[in-house]
This record gives sequence, structure tokens and C-alpha cells, in this order.
Amino acid sequence: MITLSHISVSFGASVLALDDLSLTIPSGQYVVVVGPNGSGKTTLLNVIAGALLPRSGAVFFEDRDVTRLVEHRRSRWVARVFQNPLSGTAPELSILENFRLASLRTSHAGLRIGVNAAFRGLVRDRIATLGMGLENKVDQLMGTLSGGQRQALTLLMSVMDKTDVLLLDEPTAALDPRSSELVLRTADALISQYRLTALLITHNLKDAHTYGSRLIQMSSGRIVRDLSSDVKAALDLPSLFSWFS
Amino acid sequence: MEFYLSAFVLGLCLSCVSLGIFISMKIFRIPDITTDGSYTLGAVVTALCLTHHWSPFLTMPIVFASGCCAGFLTGIVHTKLRVDALLAGILVMTALYSVNLVLLGRSNVPLIDVSTFSGLANIAVFVCVLVVLLSFLLRTDFGIAMRAVGNSESMTRALGINNDFMKIIGLGLANALTALGGFLVAQYQNFTDINMGIGIVITGLGSVLIGDRLVSWFHIRPILLQLLMMIAGSLVFQFVLAFTLSIGVDPNLLKLVTSLFVLVIVGIPLIRLRRAT
Repeated sequence: MITLSHISVSFGASVLALDDLSLTIPSGQYVVVVGPNGSGKTTLLNVIAGALLPRSGAVFFEDRDVTRLVEHRRSRWVARVFQNPLSGTAPELSILENFRLASLRTSHAGLRIGVNAAFRGLVRDRIATLGMGLENKVDQLMGTLSGGQRQALTLLMSVMDKTDVLLLDEPTAALDPRSSELVLRTADALISQYRLTALLITHNLKDAHTYGSRLIQMSSGRIVRDLSSDVKAALDLPSLFSWFS
Repeated sequence: MEFYLSAFVLGLCLSCVSLGIFISMKIFRIPDITTDGSYTLGAVVTALCLTHHWSPFLTMPIVFASGCCAGFLTGIVHTKLRVDALLAGILVMTALYSVNLVLLGRSNVPLIDVSTFSGLANIAVFVCVLVVLLSFLLRTDFGIAMRAVGNSESMTRALGINNDFMKIIGLGLANALTALGGFLVAQYQNFTDINMGIGIVITGLGSVLIGDRLVSWFHIRPILLQLLMMIAGSLVFQFVLAFTLSIGVDPNLLKLVTSLFVLVIVGIPLIRLRRAT
């Protein structure tokens, strides 16, 4: 469970990115966040990830206060997929090496060769589930893959080690429709398979309608609409579109 | 012939410096010019230990540690005080000049009548062992994390890697290797001079650039071979300088020739690219 209590974030003196925002996300819930640019969606995600320190308020994972924990320490519980496919992977490392690092997210990288035959087999099996034919290319450099392939692999990487929370910041913004669908379907499958608490930011209202078990609309750093699972299921696409007109 | 042989030995000695620059520039993408200072520091510590009749094998780890400290310092100034890497390097390098002078006591110390670690075979074995150890390190989980930090900081941060810590360790390692270069050269030339480090960063940089060109020409992926190419780069560099001297160029112009040569290596791909388009 993630609890945000009275979070305010400001950039400079005048810009209030999050305005006294409180939010509780129960374990295993898949929250979709929509809202115009500058409404504070990404800021919200960064506060949960620990990339941004709020000016006031507190962040709890279960009942542990993590407000002061920096991003690389909070990563013990949190996996992220970035908007830019380049941000989530290291282009000059092989797919295998990228996965190796991902599998060490909650532990320390020690002085031993971890990329062995057993690990190679494990990664191949995981990648094969994507059905993209990448399982035979695990020695290829990550930088040689397309944005869609890299996002899909970043998703798989996020469950290579124990994960509680998955943060998806417009993961499909840079992708074509087919790749987008693959990435979001993969995310959906992983979230239910590993019972992850997940947050998806998207500008695609169709995706917001299709995925997730709770829908939040943000505006000017506040939550203006919060639809629970049943209400969201009953929501039709035209009325969702009407929120933004 | 002997002329080129000494260029070969010097190239091997200085390949430690190019390995150091490979770590800071290619792996971490940090332009680190602490090099001039840590190279001299290595030679100064070598002179101190050897003139006190300590064994070269005992001197070796002490030199390594001294270079490490210099690199840690640059790393801490860069990451914790948020000072630009280039400036952090200049600060530490400048400070090291005084440190070196105080340690050495005078500007030049000859290393005669002391047991030294020199000779082609010794140096070759030393460099080989170094390369094997380094290639092992870079293939471990820790090494993969190091390489990732220079590649995608947002990724490593999200994967729980402390980027600042990694950079400090990396700069420490880079400067420890550079100091070992000073260790070898001081014993090879039988003296330590306070000014011997001036411009060594350009030598190292040039060697790495040549090595890097070889790596991309031959599409080399294995880390071990990449490291060997850095050594090849260092050898080529010294051969070119030896050749320049052999055709009668004034030795006073050697640093100018060095800079021009590096400029040419940097420039070649651009010129070729322009011709292709």
C-alpha cells in the first residue's frame, strides 16, 4: 500500500506542481492517471519513486515512512518504466547485462561473474514470453533495438527482482500503435501475474479506459476525479473524452 | 632499432595511463584531468619508497593506494560538491603539484643504486596481469554496474545503484592505474621529476582515441580485447613520437607534436564523414 499524505511540491517560488495532495493506493491496485500537461502527473510519480523530495507532506510504503529515502534506496520496492525508452536501459550493454543489473535491483552488485549459463537460460525464457523473437538475441547491444522492443524489455526487467510497485510514466508516448499495445498488454499481464501495485500515466484516453482498476484525473496539482473500479468499469469512452473538452 | 625498442617499453609503461583514461573517459564518460597530478604522485611515491630501500613489490600497492586517494578526491569534489568534473580534476591536479613537491622535497630524485622493477619482461607481465584483472572486474556484476553508470544514469538510479559512489570508485580506480604508470616510468627512466606529469593526460587521451578507433574498426566487443586495444593505442602513440624525433624534429617541440597528433586523430573521422556526405 502506498500512502501520500498532504504532499506539496513547488518548482521555484510560483509554480505549485502538487498542491496538498493526499492519495492512498491499496496493494495490488492498478491506477491510471490522466490529466493535461503540467497537471502534476509526472511529479506525482517522481515523488513516489523518490526522484523528487516534496516541500511538505509524507510518503509511506505500508507503514514505513520513505519520504527521506532517495531514489536508488527506494528502488528496493519500486521499479520504473520511463517515457523515453532510452532512459530505462543502457544502450551500450547487451540485453543480458541489462537484465543482470535489473535482477540485482534489491541487492548489491558484487565482484562475481553473474552472467552465467543459468542466468542466460532464465533471461531467454522470460524474453520468449514476449513473442518478439528477441530470445535468441540476448547478446545484442540494447542500443540496436527499437523503442518498442526496449520498452517491452524494460517491463520484463522490472520483474526480474522482487517488486512491489511498478511506475509507468507514459511508457508508450514514443511508440507506434502496435508497439504501444504490446507494451501495455505486457504490463497488464505482469501486474496481475506478480500482483503489483501499479501507476500508469497516459495521455491516451482509450488506454486509460481499457486498462487499470482505478482512474484518477489530475489538474493543477490536485486530484479532481477519482473513479473506483466499479465506476470506472461503467464509464464509457465518450464521457471520458468529455472530461477534456 | 634500439630507439624503437625504448619507445615500445615506454609505450607499455604508459599503457597503464591509457587504461586509467579508458576507465574515466570511455566507461564513465568523465573528462578527468587529475591524471597529470596522479601520474607524478605515483612516480613521487615510488621514489620515496625505493630510496628508503623498500621492495618494488611493496611499493606497488602503496602507489596504487596513493593514486586511488587522488581519484577519490576528484570524485568526491565532483559528485558531493557538484563541481564540474573538469574543474574538479584541475583543482585536485593543481593541489597535487604542491603535495608532490613537499613529498619529494626537491624537484628531481635519481633512482640509482636502488632495486627497481624494470626490464621489458617484467613490465610486459605486469601490464598483462593488470589487463586480465581489469577485464575480470569489468565483467563482474559490479563491473556491469560501473559500465551502466556511464551509459544511462536514470536507469542505474532506478535499479538501486548509487551513481555518486560508483563514480568515486571509478575515478579512484582510473587514477590508481595512472599512478602505476608513474611507478613504471620512474623506474624505467631511473628518476622522478616533479614536472614529468605535464601533458601526460594528452598522451593517455591520444592512446585511448587510437585504441577506440581500432575497437570500432574491428567491431571489437569483448572487454579483454578492448583493453588490449588501449595498450596498442599507447604503443602506436609512442612509436609516432619516436618517429617524429628520429626524423630530426626539435625535442622542444615534442608537446606541440603530441597535441597536433591527438588533434589529427580526433579530426580524421570528421573529415572522412564530410567527404562521404
